[in-house]
Amino acid sequence: MADFNIDDKVDITDVVCPTTFVKAKVALEELDDGQILAVRMNDGEPVQNVPRSIKEEGHQILKLIDNEDGTYTLIVKKVGD
Amino acid sequence: MAVDYGTLKKGGFMRQKQKNNFSLRLRVVGGNLSAVQLAKIAEVAEKFGDGHVHLTSRQSVEIPFIKLDDIDAVKAALAEGGVEPGVCGPRVRTVTACQGEAICPSGCIDTFALAKELDERYFARELPHKFKFGITGCQNNCLKAEENDLGIKGGIKVKWRESDCINCGVCEKACRSKAISIKDGVISVDEEKCNFCGRCVKACPTDAWDTVHGYIVSFGGLFGNSISKGEAIIPFIEDKEKLMKICDAAIEFFAENANPGERFKFTLDRVGREKFNEKILEVYNG
Repeated sequence: MADFNIDDKVDITDVVCPTTFVKAKVALEELDDGQILAVRMNDGEPVQNVPRSIKEEGHQILKLIDNEDGTYTLIVKKVGD
Repeated sequence: MAVDYGTLKKGGFMRQKQKNNFSLRLRVVGGNLSAVQLAKIAEVAEKFGDGHVHLTSRQSVEIPFIKLDDIDAVKAALAEGGVEPGVCGPRVRTVTACQGEAICPSGCIDTFALAKELDERYFARELPHKFKFGITGCQNNCLKAEENDLGIKGGIKVKWRESDCINCGVCEKACRSKAISIKDGVISVDEEKCNFCGRCVKACPTDAWDTVHGYIVSFGGLFGNSISKGEAIIPFIEDKEKLMKICDAAIEFFAENANPGERFKFTLDRVGREKFNEKILEVYNG
């Protein structure tokens, strides 16, 4: 994650769909336009679906990082207020 | 005068258990009705039926308890709201569709536009037995394409566009078929594994894919007394014109080869699937 200046982090590995996306969305709402959020999520359904849902909300996805522990971290730049 | 039930059935009037009562099937395309049509249907059900309608398993609407003497008045009243009777019996039936690309985030094709086109082209065409078309917008298959005599499933054929790719890695995980692999920043798609679901495209933050929206067609499905899954015998179809030619060829094959009262699957089994496959492949490659 060294390549990105992370402004905030959220862990959604403790919830299931659709709360995964809701938790990430709420975290994004707390940020200002242009700030960067790191979202930690489980392999499987969350990593298949959450990036797409965040894209559909209009935010900018920068990177998906494999943490090699069964979780992934999605780096998202907030777009719009 | 004897009642011609055959003609009534052809015109969508289905005989009920209750003598001289008919359940009138309406013409619905792709599961869509306008508010004006719905209001007229409600009015007719109140005035000529018993105040209820039935939603059929294949996206039609039936108005039960229509009396024999009212049939002409009912047709005239429905016409005022742009509603027509449907059909039953040995002919092309309601063309069903999911909401598709126009409404659904998962959709890969405009299912309603296609349903309208197929309806205009084939609806009520006389055939040896019933013939059902069903259109589903994507691999989620909400409309159950393979249970139809001819099922159409929307898909997206993809080609990676390196210039727009930021190598975020989302597509590799979005793919449920494990068709995408990334090595040294180069994304490859295994064509053997790709099922055209389009998830990679829909998840990609920079839309770094060249896409062709097309069709996967299955033949000979049925889901009544006998149950059988339609088979896809040709590759992904990339254009609508070709799709229409293939539909034409399948219907012609059925019209020419089926015995009366024989569903498409049984015609294919009896005449030989090789013969049919050969004809369809010829159109596909033509």
